[in-house]
Amino acid sequence: MNAIRKNVIQPIIDLWSLIVGLKVTGKYFCQRHVTVHYPRKIIPAELTDTFAGHIELIPSAKDPTIPKCISCMMCATNCPSNCIKVLKQKAPKVSPEQEKEWAEAEARGEKVKRPKAPKNPAKFSYDYSLCSLCGTCIENCPVSSLRFSHDIYIVATDRKELTMDLLARLARQAEAQAGKPADRAPGVLEQAAEAGQEASAKEA
Amino acid sequence: MTRYPNMEQVTGDFYTQNFEKGAREGSLILNMGPQHPSTHGVLRIILELDGEYILRCDPVLGYLHRMHEKMGESKTYRGFIPNMGRVDYGCPLPWNWAFVGAVEKLAGIEVPERAEYIRVITTEMNRITSHLLWWGAYILDLGAFTPIMYAFDEREWLLDLLQTPTGSRLTYSSFRVGGVGHDIDDKFIEGLKAFIPYFRSRLPMYKDLVTDNIILRKRVEDIGPMPLDMCRRYGATGPVIRGSGLAYDIRRAEPYGIYDRFDFEIPTQDTCCCMGRYKVRLAEFEQSLRILEQAVDQIPDGPIIMDKAPKPSWKPPKGEVYFAVEGARGKTSVYLVSDGTKSPYRVKLRAPGFSNLSLFAEAAQGTLLADAVAILGSLDLIIPEIDR
Repeated sequence: MNAIRKNVIQPIIDLWSLIVGLKVTGKYFCQRHVTVHYPRKIIPAELTDTFAGHIELIPSAKDPTIPKCISCMMCATNCPSNCIKVLKQKAPKVSPEQEKEWAEAEARGEKVKRPKAPKNPAKFSYDYSLCSLCGTCIENCPVSSLRFSHDIYIVATDRKELTMDLLARLARQAEAQAGKPADRAPGVLEQAAEAGQEASAKEA
Repeated sequence: MTRYPNMEQVTGDFYTQNFEKGAREGSLILNMGPQHPSTHGVLRIILELDGEYILRCDPVLGYLHRMHEKMGESKTYRGFIPNMGRVDYGCPLPWNWAFVGAVEKLAGIEVPERAEYIRVITTEMNRITSHLLWWGAYILDLGAFTPIMYAFDEREWLLDLLQTPTGSRLTYSSFRVGGVGHDIDDKFIEGLKAFIPYFRSRLPMYKDLVTDNIILRKRVEDIGPMPLDMCRRYGATGPVIRGSGLAYDIRRAEPYGIYDRFDFEIPTQDTCCCMGRYKVRLAEFEQSLRILEQAVDQIPDGPIIMDKAPKPSWKPPKGEVYFAVEGARGKTSVYLVSDGTKSPYRVKLRAPGFSNLSLFAEAAQGTLLADAVAILGSLDLIIPEIDR
């Protein structure tokens, strides 16, 4: 009896387990696929909006090309990877005659308004290849001028391309927002996004 | 001395030469790795084979050593947190917790209630994603390709959710000393509430597709026995020791955070074989879901980080502290020595994978080479964590 169970019944039970597994495979084979066929389709924006990509500057309320940044260097000094470099603006140059005039005015006891350096940075360069996205710069910014971007599609063929000029990026964003013609043709992604939106509109 | 420019490739390096000394006559010395697919990265194992049977084996580490402990000595307490996300890419949040927990214990910092709940929720989700990754990759090691696709279906859903409180999909570093970095919103809670019953309904499918499958059972049942005394000798923790019958879990043994408030079981198996460890991890899915359900119901409103949270230039008091948490792979702990300056004097990271890997050489002795792959996979190794 034991021999029958071992040599006949048990192998049948074992083989049945394979058929059960195939049933699962067959069931899911007939269902809709769950993957997104990139780049013909891209994932919805609600999923990329929570993604924290490289950092970017937040424009000030007055001028979208100028960041809120006051060049206090908190981000650059606290960055554990040393990937941020901020260059402060210098005070405008004063001609010697003007300087002489002011000195005389001061000697007379008048108050002189010397031009101060603008607070916003002259250069804000950021090396994404070093950044570990820890968010220290964002948490320590006293004027909340930094945030994570949601750019998940960033690619580069060269390490140098990952060093970004965030001021130039801000200017480009402002330009795109103002509706000025873009300086490049729509890429594959934009086309795919449009196609995906059309497709989803049709499905709806 | 050498006639060839790369003599080392002909004669073997230091490890091979050392290993060769005790070799038996007629046996074959073979390197498995450091680029072998089943070693998940860069683990190298030197094997002495008699036919297809393993006589001796010796793991060689260090191919992914990144000096995390040394880096800790030069970084500030805030600046070291991103490192914790990269020690173990499979389950980084327990590492986050171990480090910030150690600093909080050192400085006597109280964490707000809501932050504690967010920590529990994200860590348990991370445990599920880690076990899913292991489950898919383990079956892949054993030669079945499909299950990893099902595992990643669920994993992607969880990663999409985890993106809200952490901002990333792999190397999370969202914990802060005194709280967490990002809050969770209603959409996250809704998504998690939808995920829990869905994942529960998928677990029977896992059983049908894989666990009951005779091919898998023949590969893992009674393979790689690790009796309890052997686990104890090497200091194995996590699912490895629970698969040998000891219900040891830091969440229960030394409760940290708010784990004492939740009702959950510690699954164990007495078989001590690869199947035991496999079943423990599958049972932990259910327990993590139970904790998630309770945490989502109980989560209070409030701040997510303490007032006046430590700034990067913050200096903790002098002292030494040890803090352990339960990671997906076992006891994950940090030993921290502070000399009162901005950066730690010493950070010692205790990686569970290191102790678990130590069992391999003894357990794999006398087994077939193909079974050694099954044993190696059942330990759930993440090589970056072992090398640190």
